[in-house]
Amino acid sequence: MSNVFSNIGDWITERSPGLMPMYRKHLTEYYAPKNFNLWYYFGSLAFLVLINQIVTGIFLTMNYNPSAAGAFDSVQYIMRDVQWGWLIRYMHSTGASLFFVVVFLHMFRGIMYGSYKKPRELVWLLGMLIYLALMAEAFMGYVLPWGNMSFWGAKVIISLFGTIPVIGNGLVEWIMGDFLPGDATLNRFFALHVIALPLVLLLLVVLHLAALHEVGSNNPDGVEIKKGPKGNRWSPLAPADGIPFHPYYTVKDIVGVGFFLLIAAFIIFFAPTLGGWFLEHDNSIMANNLITPAEIKPVWYFTPFYAIVRMIPSFMGSAVWGVLAMFGAIAVLFLLPWFDRGKVKSIRYRGTGFKVALAVFVLAFMGLGAVGAGVTAEVIPEWFGNVNLTTWENLFGRVMTALYFGFFAFLWAYTYFGWEKTKPVPDRVTMHD
Amino acid sequence: MTKRQFLTTRGVLMKQFLPSLALAFGLLVGAAPAHAESGPALLSSGANVSDQASLQRGAKLFFDYCVGCHSLKYMRYSRMAADIGLSEQDVMQNLNFTGARFDDPVISHMPAALAAQWFGKAPPDLSLEVSAKGADWVYTYLNSFYLDPHSPIGWNNTLLPNAAMPFPLSELQGLQTAVMKPGSQDEVEKLTLAHPGSMTPAQFQQATRDLTNFLDYVSEPAALQRHKYGIWVLLFLVVFTLLAYLLKKEYWKDVH
Repeated sequence: MSNVFSNIGDWITERSPGLMPMYRKHLTEYYAPKNFNLWYYFGSLAFLVLINQIVTGIFLTMNYNPSAAGAFDSVQYIMRDVQWGWLIRYMHSTGASLFFVVVFLHMFRGIMYGSYKKPRELVWLLGMLIYLALMAEAFMGYVLPWGNMSFWGAKVIISLFGTIPVIGNGLVEWIMGDFLPGDATLNRFFALHVIALPLVLLLLVVLHLAALHEVGSNNPDGVEIKKGPKGNRWSPLAPADGIPFHPYYTVKDIVGVGFFLLIAAFIIFFAPTLGGWFLEHDNSIMANNLITPAEIKPVWYFTPFYAIVRMIPSFMGSAVWGVLAMFGAIAVLFLLPWFDRGKVKSIRYRGTGFKVALAVFVLAFMGLGAVGAGVTAEVIPEWFGNVNLTTWENLFGRVMTALYFGFFAFLWAYTYFGWEKTKPVPDRVTMHD
Repeated sequence: MTKRQFLTTRGVLMKQFLPSLALAFGLLVGAAPAHAESGPALLSSGANVSDQASLQRGAKLFFDYCVGCHSLKYMRYSRMAADIGLSEQDVMQNLNFTGARFDDPVISHMPAALAAQWFGKAPPDLSLEVSAKGADWVYTYLNSFYLDPHSPIGWNNTLLPNAAMPFPLSELQGLQTAVMKPGSQDEVEKLTLAHPGSMTPAQFQQATRDLTNFLDYVSEPAALQRHKYGIWVLLFLVVFTLLAYLLKKEYWKDVH
């Protein structure tokens, strides 16, 4: 039997000479540093979620009806009448949120260990493009169930473009294809969500991995294993501190997949709305342009950026500054490799200033998320009693916005003027269990 | 750098970042966004869709008191019967008074346009009421009706002021009246039972709990399947993860 399989394998290999070299280059002879820790699971998990979104998305598409009259009903049809439809939908909706969870952790890992630094700037830029495409994909997907929060969320987010001088209003109508989100909006968002953006995402992921495999993976010590001694058990030319991605990291990543699926399955089977964070209560009401939800807010993964829009006041009779600041908040992330001039990559050997700044940055990002999600609007009256909510929320939100952007300014000054006191970086990677 | 120094660095890392992540998760789970507009504190419904007897009692109440005005347009009689343990005969004889077929969804005979004239607002479909408002909201709402001579329909509700709904369960609960806050015309301090109904307060609370529970089930019939399969999926994943871990350990024996 095994003979048959190897014969088939040989038959294919002879007729496609590129296949085995590619398999070797990216799996069995891709030498990754042997000291990856917990933070290195999230790349493969992001890939797993991407596959999950595509597969469950295909099945959802079979029963979904992209029209203003039929979309909401078709979601309930999937939930109630389609065999296992509820499971497919919850896998898709939970997957969307968990996609952002793993991508945020993956990006944080990159910042923590300096994975965006030379020679991996392109890996970072491609990753940021993936993040951007993912946000567009998630936003359009969120509109499709045509609940009331889908409708009002779409209206508010698209209206942000209306703040652009001169062309703003025309642009908003052009995006929606109508004066309000409606059939035209839903149809084009469906097309973009199921065809255009997934293709873009897949292409970017291929490029992200290709760029990574060209320069090699970073690691928690920020040591370039390719510059270290050569020769390991598999090849005299390979880095001594590298191990083949397959089978070592494939079996290790499967353990991460197991833990991740445990969390995901718990949410899917026992808390699919996650208390209103993953699926919002207002989306159980069909889109209705006459009923405004008590509080319009985007899903949790957009809330930090949404908070920045809300916190920047109008100036010179225009509200465009908030929108510019929001796009700026993403643009500065793109430019991170050039803000950070430090030569030492890993947080393990960087100055205290960097560690504190990164912690503050993370807290500011979460603080902004709390503002955008309406958590502060609930918590401030609870903690401080009868105070002016708007004043306090604006104060908090603006401090957080300043800290968010301050991180990049600080990082530049800290490294450009040589204020950072780094620790000596070891020559070889270190192993800890 | 010595091992000791390194461990300190790593300690700082763990001390700084893991708590921030834990905090974020705490914020997420703890500070769930509010269900509905702020108002009076909600009562706890104690809804539990795996309590089948409660679902059956709730269904009986729904079809006796609610379906006259409210539809459940996403709920088929047949699916409901199978899920809450009723036979086709039970449903067709005791619950389905509209002449619908067993496979049809639950549609009220109330003409929506006329209802809008009578009440000022057509009675909403309740298929997704619990998903939209939460079980506690529905339970509190059902316990918050009082007689209000100033209201056009004679009824009012402390949770949803000026609700356009007369209270059909009043023959069970009795008639509640409002005690206003001292010196106030329209701020309700509490409700008192002016005339008892056919149920004691405890029985009525149980009845509204059952009704809420039934509507909770109707909002998401798949919840029953989720709970049924979920535990097996988790058990499988525990075994899978354990085996994966052992496999990883075996492969990594020679990496130092």
